[in-house]
Amino acid sequence: MSAAATLVPDFVDPRENATVRIRDVVRRFDSRTALDGISLDIPAGQFVALIGKSGSGKSTLLRAIADLDDDVEGGGRIDAPDNRSVLFQDSRLLPWQSVIENILLGVRDAGARARAEAVLADVGLAGRADAWPNQLSGGEQQRVALARSLVRRPDLLLADEPFGALDALTRLKMQQLLFRLVGVQRPTIVLVTHDVDEALILADRVLVMDEGRIVLDRPVGIAHPRRASDPAFATLRTTLLGALGVTETI
Amino acid sequence: MTLHAKPSDIAPVSVVTAPLPARRVIARRSIRSRRLTPRTLGPAGLLIGPAVLVLVWEFASQVGWLSPRLLAAPSTAAVTGFEMLLDGDLTAHFLASAQRAYAGLGLGLVIGVVLALLAGLTRSGEASIDGAVQIKRAIPTLALIPLAILWLGIGDAMKVALITTAVLVPIYINTHAALRSIDLRYVELARTVGLTRLEFVRKVALPGALPGFFTGLRLAVTACWTSLVVLEQINTTEGIGYLMNRARDYGQTDIIVVGLAIYAILGLASDFAVRALERRALAYRKVLGS
Repeated sequence: MSAAATLVPDFVDPRENATVRIRDVVRRFDSRTALDGISLDIPAGQFVALIGKSGSGKSTLLRAIADLDDDVEGGGRIDAPDNRSVLFQDSRLLPWQSVIENILLGVRDAGARARAEAVLADVGLAGRADAWPNQLSGGEQQRVALARSLVRRPDLLLADEPFGALDALTRLKMQQLLFRLVGVQRPTIVLVTHDVDEALILADRVLVMDEGRIVLDRPVGIAHPRRASDPAFATLRTTLLGALGVTETI
Repeated sequence: MTLHAKPSDIAPVSVVTAPLPARRVIARRSIRSRRLTPRTLGPAGLLIGPAVLVLVWEFASQVGWLSPRLLAAPSTAAVTGFEMLLDGDLTAHFLASAQRAYAGLGLGLVIGVVLALLAGLTRSGEASIDGAVQIKRAIPTLALIPLAILWLGIGDAMKVALITTAVLVPIYINTHAALRSIDLRYVELARTVGLTRLEFVRKVALPGALPGFFTGLRLAVTACWTSLVVLEQINTTEGIGYLMNRARDYGQTDIIVVGLAIYAILGLASDFAVRALERRALAYRKVLGS
């Protein structure tokens, strides 16, 4: 908790290999342009939230950074750390591997097992190392997925609506958990979400996408812990909703 | 927080707290009886049908409706079988049969899985193997007997080879189909966590194909004994098939029934063993019927 509270908004991270550089990236599906010439720099250790309507291209951009789109037509240049983890909307645990085996997928260094157990305890599932994923609830499965992402100490964490399928209460707890854990490791983070509040509570910087372009790029200069009742929070929220084409009339 | 519902959107409290209609209590019973899936049946429960059949058969024999020339009574067959077991005759014939069947099963299993992996995970494998196996699938194993005799003679080599080809097909088809239907999301995950090709086969492809493999294995276990029955009619002096053929020549229906019973027991026991293995290997699944 202390790591989260002491977070400085204008934190400068010296790790060169944890930066993301995107230049003129274009992606096309058939005739539809999903990314229309995106250029973006993300400094090391920055927490970026990417919001936008469905079909705005935010997931496409995330998949491009993750290098998961080699079957998609397009161009441009992306420099991103090789040591990266992806957190999907579904937990994507292999059902035939135990929880601990899932966390350790592809991790080969010595001491990985002990580290995995520590991360599992961090996400509050210390006793469930040998359980099957099917025996866990949706929220617990997503916590295992988070543990799988963090055990490899990524320089870059890419998260594609990781809490989108969870109920509201579990989502709040997961947001706090994610914030606490990345506060310790401080990877560079790109979080795709459709939830403006989630973006404002977690991120250092919010990007709004529309029709394959970044239409708004705002730093969130509010100290943690953030509260929705903070006037700065509310103002930024209205601005972001406006950029998304939503006016609050209720 | 203006996106939250207004108080006027919330249902009046009186509706929530109003007492439930009395019939809701009775409804519990009808929900119980309207189960959509049958309760699980123990292994003993599966034996009820066959037991009734044997009882009817015994009764028909005792009353004289069934002549021993056409079909021996189960009790007569049981006595004959027990005598054959005592003088060691049955054991020798059984072992000879089992050796052929399981040699063919083992070979077919290994070849079937290897071919399925090659066809499922490589382009050249898919191109060269899949079509060939599909063609083999269309040709009945027994139609290959004449060629097999010309190539391998009339000894055990020919019999084991034919059982192998019969077993290989269901193993291959089902394992291959399961491999091809592995969720692409898992393949994507394997990429993001940086699995090597070998790790991918071991941790994603093989476990993912396991349910299909077991379906194939259950069919294969039956197929190996079915082929054996026919193949043991060719130049054998040992084996259950030989025993039954000789009994036909002498009109000994009790020995024929003993042979049939052995095939039935073997088929059931094999299926039971495969199912037990499957339950252990696929323990992570929560599925109907397990």
